[in-house]
Amino acid sequence: MTFSNSLELLAFHETAYTIYALLIISVVAWFGYNLTREEKASSLVRIPFYGYIAFLVAGGVGHHIFTYNAIPWVAQDITRHEITPDASYKFEIEDHKWVNIPKKVTVQCGETIEFDVRSRDLVYGFGLFRQDGTLVTQMQVNPGTDVNGILDSNDLLWTFHHNGSFDLTSTEYSGTAQYSHDGKEDLMKVKNWLEVVGCKDGGNK
Amino acid sequence: MSFTKNLIEGTNFDHKSLNALQKVTLRAVVMSFLFFGLVAIEGMIMKAVQTGPSNPLPEMFSHPAHYFSIMTVHPIVGIFGSTYQLVFAAFMFLVPFLTKKPLYSVKLANAVWLLITIGTALAWIAAFAWQYAPLYTLYWPLPADTQQFSAIGGIIFILGVALIMLGTFGFIYNIYATIFARVGVHKDKTTKELLISGFGIDGMLNLWHKLTGKEPYSKEPALALPVVAIFRGTVDTFLDAVVILSAGVLVLVYLLFDVSGNPLDVGAIDALLYKNYFWWGLDLVADGLVLIYVAGSWYLLATLITGQKLFMENVARAALMLELLVSWMVWSHHLLADQGQPEMMKLISGEMVTAFELLTQGLALFITLVTLWKARPLKMTMELKYLLGGLVGFGLAVPAAIIQADMGMNRVLHNTQWIIMAHVHIALIVGLYMTLYSALYVLWPIVTNNTKMYSSKLSNLHFWMYLIGGIGMGAFGGMAGLDGMLRRHLYINGEFNTLMVLSAICGTMVLVAWFIFLFNIVMSVGIKGLIGIFLPSEDKTASYGLEPEDIAENHKA
Repeated sequence: MTFSNSLELLAFHETAYTIYALLIISVVAWFGYNLTREEKASSLVRIPFYGYIAFLVAGGVGHHIFTYNAIPWVAQDITRHEITPDASYKFEIEDHKWVNIPKKVTVQCGETIEFDVRSRDLVYGFGLFRQDGTLVTQMQVNPGTDVNGILDSNDLLWTFHHNGSFDLTSTEYSGTAQYSHDGKEDLMKVKNWLEVVGCKDGGNK
Repeated sequence: MSFTKNLIEGTNFDHKSLNALQKVTLRAVVMSFLFFGLVAIEGMIMKAVQTGPSNPLPEMFSHPAHYFSIMTVHPIVGIFGSTYQLVFAAFMFLVPFLTKKPLYSVKLANAVWLLITIGTALAWIAAFAWQYAPLYTLYWPLPADTQQFSAIGGIIFILGVALIMLGTFGFIYNIYATIFARVGVHKDKTTKELLISGFGIDGMLNLWHKLTGKEPYSKEPALALPVVAIFRGTVDTFLDAVVILSAGVLVLVYLLFDVSGNPLDVGAIDALLYKNYFWWGLDLVADGLVLIYVAGSWYLLATLITGQKLFMENVARAALMLELLVSWMVWSHHLLADQGQPEMMKLISGEMVTAFELLTQGLALFITLVTLWKARPLKMTMELKYLLGGLVGFGLAVPAAIIQADMGMNRVLHNTQWIIMAHVHIALIVGLYMTLYSALYVLWPIVTNNTKMYSSKLSNLHFWMYLIGGIGMGAFGGMAGLDGMLRRHLYINGEFNTLMVLSAICGTMVLVAWFIFLFNIVMSVGIKGLIGIFLPSEDKTASYGLEPEDIAENHKA
């Protein structure tokens, strides 16, 4: 199983967690009901203590092994400094404004893009959103400089497998100046900033 | 009895019969639940704004300065003003109760609730009057950004937080001074014996001796298991207070220099390093003291309700030690979206060690359930209902966070409503508070000298509305997070309207449930009794002499 974008991953996650939530609520409700009964309840399943501990350990470790293998951006993120991107975009943020940012970015299907965003003052975020508001990807943008006064890099490598037009905004709160006074407008939002083209309907070339 | 008479006199509550320890406990409990009401109203204001332009609130609540001021104080009031206050009150009562020793200082306990109350009020005033809104995360250099926020407001906010931390230090001193007092049953114990027991080393040694076929290291540990949990959790409470206070001092220095006309260079502080330091401390609340205190509370409630020994007690003692060590090493799961954070720290601290919380909290849940199961049949009392509700809360909330503490999932869930609603709010509102309500119902007859609760129907109504409302609010909010709704962002155009309306309906149930609970309590103690709680006690006793074993008798079916 492999997830090619966040929509597939989150749909799987929502289903799996909903089943788990209903299960844990049902188990405790069943447990509570049987706590009060005089006659002995027949066990649905006997859980040995150390077997339960092994299950928890396997669950905790197995979750990460599963996501490492099923979510392609994990390995890519860890080894991103060894990967040559198809294109790289470097820009900055200052005073709640994107500085030196390309007006629009067009990406061919399957291309791997590097976003290198630097902050001159506060902690911001960098996030790409679909037109329905769902999140494509994101990172934090921390301010700071090295000993030579060069702004610290916040770099994200991302491969796009599905067509779409994505909005850009800051995903981290950096004060009220991100918004218009009446709160109706997000001043850091860039509509349709990035467009992916060339993919088939179901994704990929 | 007529309604009016009940409202004024209560059922059979007599505040004059209370000793000093009972009164100081009830004072903090009263303040805690008043702050709970405030935080619930704040939460509902923000929730109403998120439903969209048709919300019934005046437009000013949608203005960023107003909205984020509320968001800044919401966790301060909720976590410190309400939760800390309630937990501290319960533990300053329980430690004397369980160790059969008097509390070290009732005066200090009074200072604790006063400091936390005044501190919370100051922080709230700073946000209300000056709209100081850097949020509780205080990401550097935002709290020192006087271009956006008032320096005076910031100074008052930080002073408020500092008072809360001073109150926290007072609680810590009182707890340890009581535990280490060599009086009563601990008259012949050495400090070393109490320390070994407090850290659960005796539990580990007992396990080791059992494996190697030796006699148990200690057949009767010096400290009861819930006291060990309080001892252990309070280590994290101390470290957390040190970090928050020191971060507060840093912000205060910058703000004072700014006010004096000589602003300091905010670039002198590395933002990512500060984030690491601050999250290390702040995470000791979420992943440290809360989980340890809750595990200890479950063990206490299970043993008090059943009157039996805890299942796998030595394992539980050892697990509490593991939980303490784990809590010091998991902060990087808050920094998985920070690309400057070293990958090894993300992998080891953020993912692998964090996953241990599934083990430690899962263990606590299992041990509690088995202890209850072995004692059946039991009466489905209010305390048992709330305990089961608390177990459900953490059963839902802990995996929700473990799922996100993963480099793959975090990329699409970080800073969304998923973590704040499906994890934090369900953990606090359902998991923690239902556990605390259970403790409240267990301790109610002891703290109030057998005052009759006004209405059991209202107690049940509170339970169901609170449980369904709490889970529903978290679940619908969490779903909005999966749809891309950020947690620290302003949405006033109804972008996530349907889910926010459903979440608001459930949130309203929590608010109404709180009002029902408050009404039930006021009708039980009466307005006279409520005022009397705050009058000086004639009986200066700092303990009361009831035996824990007596409580279990009331729960047998």
